[in-house]
Amino acid sequence: MRAMVYRGPYKIRVEEKDVPAIEHPGDAIVRVTLAAICGSDLHLYHGMMPDTRVGMTFGHEFIGVVEEVGSGVQNLKRGDRVMVPFNVFCGTCWFCARGLYSNCHNVNPNATAVGGIYGYSHTCGGYDGGQAEFVRVPFADVGPTLIPDWMDDEDAVLLTDALATGYFGAQLGEIVEGDVVVVFGAGPVGLFAAKSAWLMGAGRVIVIDHLENRLEKARTFAHAETCNFTEHDDIVVHLKKLTGHLGADVAIDAVGAEADGNLTQHFTSAKLKLQGGSPVALNWCIDGVRKGGTVSVMGAYGPMFSAVKFGDALNKGLTLRMNQCPVKRQWPRLFEHIRNGYLKPSDIVTHRIPLEHIAEGYHIFSAKLDGCIKPLIVPNAG
Amino acid sequence: MTYTSERPPIAESSDSLRARIPGWGADLDPKDRPSVPKLQWQEDKTGAHWEFPERQPEKWPRERSIEHAFLTPVFGTSCPPKGLSGALRKYSYRKYSEGRAAHWLLLLAADRVDAWESHLRSFATLRPDNPITETGVLSEFTRHGFSSRVGKKRADVKHHLVDPVIVAGPWVLAAGLAYSAVRKVVRWRRR
Repeated sequence: MRAMVYRGPYKIRVEEKDVPAIEHPGDAIVRVTLAAICGSDLHLYHGMMPDTRVGMTFGHEFIGVVEEVGSGVQNLKRGDRVMVPFNVFCGTCWFCARGLYSNCHNVNPNATAVGGIYGYSHTCGGYDGGQAEFVRVPFADVGPTLIPDWMDDEDAVLLTDALATGYFGAQLGEIVEGDVVVVFGAGPVGLFAAKSAWLMGAGRVIVIDHLENRLEKARTFAHAETCNFTEHDDIVVHLKKLTGHLGADVAIDAVGAEADGNLTQHFTSAKLKLQGGSPVALNWCIDGVRKGGTVSVMGAYGPMFSAVKFGDALNKGLTLRMNQCPVKRQWPRLFEHIRNGYLKPSDIVTHRIPLEHIAEGYHIFSAKLDGCIKPLIVPNAG
Repeated sequence: MTYTSERPPIAESSDSLRARIPGWGADLDPKDRPSVPKLQWQEDKTGAHWEFPERQPEKWPRERSIEHAFLTPVFGTSCPPKGLSGALRKYSYRKYSEGRAAHWLLLLAADRVDAWESHLRSFATLRPDNPITETGVLSEFTRHGFSSRVGKKRADVKHHLVDPVIVAGPWVLAAGLAYSAVRKVVRWRRR
């Protein structure tokens, strides 16, 4: 089969690999019909995530058709059209039993601090991902769900991570009616978090980024006020002025490990790999939110330490909430919102790239060329 | 306002927002939010029909965090450890917990070693690594590399010039060292 393969920092190519095999009775093999590149894939691509091995296939956002099932699979059959959450999870460990599917304890031998994620380094379990023609899906009775007939493929693939994560991020903000919500980052997760904040009754949503095309999308897609942080000497002061010097009630970090806005932070993390991530957006959240407010962290960070302003968080009495999204838990409600027309996730898709050209796709997304917001990967583009 | 007990006013009322924004307030009640509260007993086990999963066969000694009691019943089998990078990885997993910086720094070092081992190995194949095609950098010419950056007030442009140095620098250095070594050998043989 054809598959994207990591060759070292900033380098990937498409190679011929063996079609994955059933390795456990609960496995399924899924033929991928549509995948995506996630912003967090760029952390792998840039060599930031420890134990990212040459030869691995990335991709944790994908949908497809069941090609083969293991002897223990009861809920799926060959030919089923399925969407697969980015979490690999067992359904019965202490964490899964309580709905924390992203914190499953039975799928990642390499680390206890994170669950299993498709195509996301050995730190997240060593599973190959879906930027390929086929992928192994463990616990096929638990993770995948049949795609409803009425749902578009492009909406379905965005439900496997980006939309679910943005929606989850807004929930962690504990938004109440009339709250001022500030979202740092107008990438896919930030756009979906901003959109979701309205569903939860926000009174005002402000999105902050430095890319004008993304801010334009935040205005049109997410109905948000926007702010380009490069136009202000100090974005925290500007945010205070915007909010009557109170600060936002809720701040959402939808940027994560490679945040710009502070060259020292960016260099020591994204370039020198001396921090788990560049916490520029997180520190802006901490300083920009009001005392007693809530910070929700959806941006991905590596397992190493980062220079986060915990003193300010303590002194302001903040609530810090975060997790990888337990995707499947979000789906029933998100299906309703899509069906009701409240959300149309595929509106943020900007690029559809054949798998054979995925190296260009990663560069376009990484360097933010061509107005790229969300690139999809088409395995058999013909 | 902020310096009194009054909250700074919001410009738009809830009724106006509900009329303007599709779905505004649909999840106003926290009971409608699927991840509230955080811990919720999942009676249906989301489709699982086991208490503890059957164990996946271990085809090679699978490296694992020493914070785990045992190898998890299911695990990824991509890219088994090999070479010097594999030895570094196995040592890191065997010796250090996730709580130790040494664990992660060793893994990051192993990643860099792995990349160079793989580059060198590729030169002995019919498909050597090609930094031009593998970085996708040619899309700079087809996907508006210049106009995507210039005049756009982007905060990241100032460090974009560093990326080619990070990617190409080691290759240029390696090529220079290889050239120097070959020249020395040729001179030595001519003597």
